[in-house]
Amino acid sequence: MKRIYLDYAATTPTKKEVWEAMKPYFLTEFGNPSSLHSFGQKARARVDWAREELARFLNCQPTEIIFTSGGTESDNLVLKGLVNYYLNTFKTKPHLITSQIEHHAILHTCQDLEERGWAEVSYLPVDQYGRLKVAEVEKAIRENTILVSIMYANNEIGTIEPIREVGKMIERVNRKRAKEKRIFFHTDAVQAVGYLNCDVQHLHLDLLSLSGHKIGGPKGIGALYVRKGVPLQPELTGGAQEFGLRAGTENVPGIVGLGKAIELLQSKAYQNKVARMVKLRDYLIENVLKTIDDVILTGHSTERLPNSASFCFKYVEGESILISLDLEGVAASSGSACTSRSLEPSHVLLACGLDHQTAQGSIRLTLGEETKKEEIDHLLKVLPKIIERLRKMSPFGNQNKNQKPKER
Amino acid sequence: MWEYSQKLLDHFKNPRNYGQMENPDGVGREGNPKCGDVLELYLKVRENKIQDIKFLTFGCIAAIGISSILTELVKGKAIEEAKRLTAKDVLKEVGVLPSNKYHCSVLGIQALKAAIADYEQKQKDNSG
Repeated sequence: MKRIYLDYAATTPTKKEVWEAMKPYFLTEFGNPSSLHSFGQKARARVDWAREELARFLNCQPTEIIFTSGGTESDNLVLKGLVNYYLNTFKTKPHLITSQIEHHAILHTCQDLEERGWAEVSYLPVDQYGRLKVAEVEKAIRENTILVSIMYANNEIGTIEPIREVGKMIERVNRKRAKEKRIFFHTDAVQAVGYLNCDVQHLHLDLLSLSGHKIGGPKGIGALYVRKGVPLQPELTGGAQEFGLRAGTENVPGIVGLGKAIELLQSKAYQNKVARMVKLRDYLIENVLKTIDDVILTGHSTERLPNSASFCFKYVEGESILISLDLEGVAASSGSACTSRSLEPSHVLLACGLDHQTAQGSIRLTLGEETKKEEIDHLLKVLPKIIERLRKMSPFGNQNKNQKPKER
Repeated sequence: MWEYSQKLLDHFKNPRNYGQMENPDGVGREGNPKCGDVLELYLKVRENKIQDIKFLTFGCIAAIGISSILTELVKGKAIEEAKRLTAKDVLKEVGVLPSNKYHCSVLGIQALKAAIADYEQKQKDNSG
């Protein structure tokens, strides 16, 4: 059976060019960039190249790029690094502002900081499309607010947040605040890189997290943009790597791979692929809504990532859809409670105001550069049958019901 | 694949005894859509034997597969015998199951107990 991968928001295959660029740094140019001999210096030169590539992409200085192990580490470094700075400097708890639909790397870290008594956190609500209101952010600002962290685009529903508007507002607020009480602005751009403008000057950002494996790079590498002057304190201590903000011998092959992946995003060929992806995504959404009853498109209809289509199918549960799709060769993902191994369905869908039962029927399909129309057509052929079959077995909906049994 | 037994996968792909039953003698419903699974069982009882059983399930692959396996296990059994079934008996029939799905077998047994209780209550109401 042909396997069709529609879960590119989870991870992507490493591109051939990326892998080829990485290979020598495993095998022959394996030196430690901190070493002064030629082996070390060759590796150092390539790490510097990757750093410059990222700086060009984000429109910042190379010295403002920190390589990390991925999005989660970047997010952790921002939150804990700033909270530690504040606690050490002001000896009181700082206040953080974030949204209810952040990735767990932000949410669970914020919750951990609260539980330890190290920070106060405001979790801002979103509308039914998953959009945050800039005015809500401004209203939440307190005297001790040190950080606003809002994701650029949501991983489950693809909704794009008004990052630039938030950035401008924070800049305006900062003008009236004492310099040492300035608020920093961070975005988790893990899902946005490759699709949205990541110019940190344009977006008025102080910090930005990104990940390698979501954009055709390898797993285990990511980066953090840290604007000059942001008083971040390191989490990992040891050597002086990454300007003292992230100790440990550099993951040279990973860094080279990330640099290459970022370079490829800026090609004309890639831009064309994204334009094609949008059309294919719209074709997918249009046909799912047309051929299946009682389905909701989750997220925003226009302010959404080019690769993202996400739905809730009423009366059925996501994991059964997911596995039925897998049995037909299609790889998707779901935010249902069963798939999360917890008893709660997706926090993102609940924040959008969906009831638990509807949220249980969520399916996310995310396209990649190489996704073909035939693959979408195969999905469109099998999905309606799967939903129909599962609904025939479901106690909800009207399809098999004359009377409802009494609720216990 | 997925740490599920072939038997469970087969029952998920080709479920037995699903759908609504006309004029059931007993109905049991267990679960909560909040945590993922809702199971309804319908019984037809003749001479104290479960002559027919049907299920409707909202839930994951394990919940659906176990519902189907449970109906095969129960069909034809005397009411008293069915009452003695436990989640362990269901698990034995199912085979390999991820530990976080064990509750689906408990859910099945609870729905069965509820359906039998409903049947017995109706019998009492009719004779009284």
